Amino acid sequence: MSDFEPNIVCYVCKWCTYAGADLAGTSRLKHKPNTTNIRLMCSSRLNMEQILMSFREGADGVFVGGCHPGDCHYINGNYKTQNRIIIMKRVLKELGIEPERLRLEWVSANEGRRYIEVIDDFIEEIRTLGPIKLPSKENLIEKEVPING
Amino acid sequence: MKRMGLFICHCGTNIADTVDVEKLAKKFESYPGIVFSTNYKYMCSHPGQALIADAIKEHDLDGVIVAACSPILHETTFRKLARQSGINPYQCEIANIREQCSWVHKDKEKATAKAEKIIKSIIEKTRLNEDLKPIEVDVTRKALVIGGGVAGIQAALDIADAGYPVLLVEKEPSIGGHMAQLSETFPTLDCSQCILTPKMVEAATHPNIELLAYSEVKSVDGYVGNFTVTIEEKATGIDWDICTGCGQCSEICPISVPSEFEKGLGNRPAIYTPFPQAVPNKPIIDSENCLEMKTGACGLCVRECEAEAINFNMEPTYREEEVGAIVVATGYELYPIMNLGEYGGGEIEDVIDGLAFERLLSSSGPTNGKIRRPSDGKLVKDIVFIQCAGSRDPEKHKPYCSRICCMYSTKQAMLYKHSVHDGQPYIFYIDIRSGGKGYEEFVERAQREDKVIYIRGKVSKLYRENGKVKIAGVDTIANKPIELEADLVVLAMAMIPTTGTEKLANVLKLQTDANGFLQETHPKLRPLESTTAGFYLAGCSQSPKDIPDTVSQASGAAAKVVGLFSGEYLQLEPTIATVDEELCSGCGICISVCPYSAREMDIGKGIAKVNEALCVGCGACVVACPSGATDQKNLTDEQISSMAKAILKGEKES
Repeated sequence: MSDFEPNIVCYVCKWCTYAGADLAGTSRLKHKPNTTNIRLMCSSRLNMEQILMSFREGADGVFVGGCHPGDCHYINGNYKTQNRIIIMKRVLKELGIEPERLRLEWVSANEGRRYIEVIDDFIEEIRTLGPIKLPSKENLIEKEVPING
Repeated sequence: MKRMGLFICHCGTNIADTVDVEKLAKKFESYPGIVFSTNYKYMCSHPGQALIADAIKEHDLDGVIVAACSPILHETTFRKLARQSGINPYQCEIANIREQCSWVHKDKEKATAKAEKIIKSIIEKTRLNEDLKPIEVDVTRKALVIGGGVAGIQAALDIADAGYPVLLVEKEPSIGGHMAQLSETFPTLDCSQCILTPKMVEAATHPNIELLAYSEVKSVDGYVGNFTVTIEEKATGIDWDICTGCGQCSEICPISVPSEFEKGLGNRPAIYTPFPQAVPNKPIIDSENCLEMKTGACGLCVRECEAEAINFNMEPTYREEEVGAIVVATGYELYPIMNLGEYGGGEIEDVIDGLAFERLLSSSGPTNGKIRRPSDGKLVKDIVFIQCAGSRDPEKHKPYCSRICCMYSTKQAMLYKHSVHDGQPYIFYIDIRSGGKGYEEFVERAQREDKVIYIRGKVSKLYRENGKVKIAGVDTIANKPIELEADLVVLAMAMIPTTGTEKLANVLKLQTDANGFLQETHPKLRPLESTTAGFYLAGCSQSPKDIPDTVSQASGAAAKVVGLFSGEYLQLEPTIATVDEELCSGCGICISVCPYSAREMDIGKGIAKVNEALCVGCGACVVACPSGATDQKNLTDEQISSMAKAILKGEKES
């Protein structure tokens, strides 16, 4: 497992996390090259289907980056994202995908240091979890995941 | 099929040292849709741009991907180049392989692999881009300025001078705001009235300004460039059109009640102008105190008024106006002195706030400029000023610094000394904040020339004893308790947004900050604009500030308005939400998630539409739409999916 290099897709908002990633660059801070950013206008632009699709297409991890609570460029988009991610993690669990493979972080435009810290930490967490194992019909039935209650 | 060109920049060695640009350019030559791929030392340079322009023509490109620095730096540059070269600027995209690749990685092989992913994802986005053009919105070239203090006056004058009509709405009977109450102003000690009243008159007589005093904005509809506002002109009880402003009515009126303008230190009749230099210089009737209106048993003023302007039965009138931009300059008020029980606020008569003391200092004030204490009219011989009264006190009062108190207390202490030569002013302070042109010198002068004694420390208690006010506190430099006796104590109360700011913010749909001040779009780079397009902020409605900063912000806000008015159209970003009318079920969820009121029902069609002028393209409604009817231009669900696939799958299979 030691030579496993996670492939992680990051959905980040233009105003905070993308700008924070730019700042990491202009500050020449180094992080591991396992992530690639997709720039959205707001983290709340991210569809839940898009998260599932990312795993289906082989993402070992999905990272979502937005503005800190209260700082959303679009007033309250990040709260919408937060709610969606909470639900999504439960959906992932039911599907047999470790919810830890989906991570939401707030990184502001002046947090270049924080950006590389959370990215590296996430990469290491995914490295520990190993490559994504997509659920098959068989192993879902075997597991008999109980529906709430 | 789209014909795309890829241009990879070395950025000197910034990219090329870590990313194998030659190899990538070669590799992408055979990538689907790429008909031209190259690399160059500096793409943003003149020869670099010429290279792109030539390639667009030679290879008949309709899509351009520049792999270089962050789009924040050169997206505009390359989109402009694309437009000049005859392709739609929204067909030009930037792959950020410097800030988000070469600068954050060391291993060349891995960085090159990542750059490849980034470029692929941007190619996939570009492949699905459509031609867009900025949304053009007509603009009503007329401004509304709310608030007639010095900020509103300045903004109105600047917009009017640029040639555009302005409606200046003031809720009080006169414009002038708090500045009209001030005696003299720091750091020059020029008389406030002398510098303000000419501006008030200019605003009232300017051919491009219509002044609506004693009026309030009741509702606002529409969007940037196209607002419809409803303004209430409150019932003054006097027909201002025929009133000559002679003032006979005020003289005959038998009623005497505390004057708001004089902060209760002087009285006014029930039919009154707030102060002698009021603009417009026409009275109003205070219906709560007018004897005729309460009992029907007076009418003295009616008999006195030769113009026959008095009408006790006057009703408020409402008018609708179309404007393109709105400047909000609703100002401040002082944190109520009653809230400072520990300082005897509201209980000890000789403890007053800074604005009340301004009235005592004013030669046209209730004491004609003599510093007499309110309780018994005795001349004040010892006076104590207390800073940060309600400010910088997150536990009990306001957490922020009100910014002007250090300076105005210094000024007031100085003016007191100029009036009472044998008196002694003391100032209790936490630290003196005198940042501003000539401010530090001013504080120094107060100490040197006027012998103002500054005591660093916090006052713990004020109480009455032997006809004086006792001040108990701690001198934190000498580190010992201190007790003083004073005839008068002036509290430098915190500045807070005016009562009604919250209500107005709701009417205008503006955001406020944690302390109730109006929220600017960006604290540094867009301090003049509200978060809602078309609204501009000036003066203390945004944050506590002094007169120079208020006037600067007002002129800045006016410049923004003039900028908005000067274009033929208002141009807005076209990357906004769209609706597939076939799919929309009219459920209205998009309306509930849109923070900008940009989604609205089309009642006729039974579907939700997008107001193109209000939509800012955040995409929240796209995600919320349960039927997939809403998408975002040039950042569609399909584009996001194909970008992710390009990153995850590597080679494009089709």
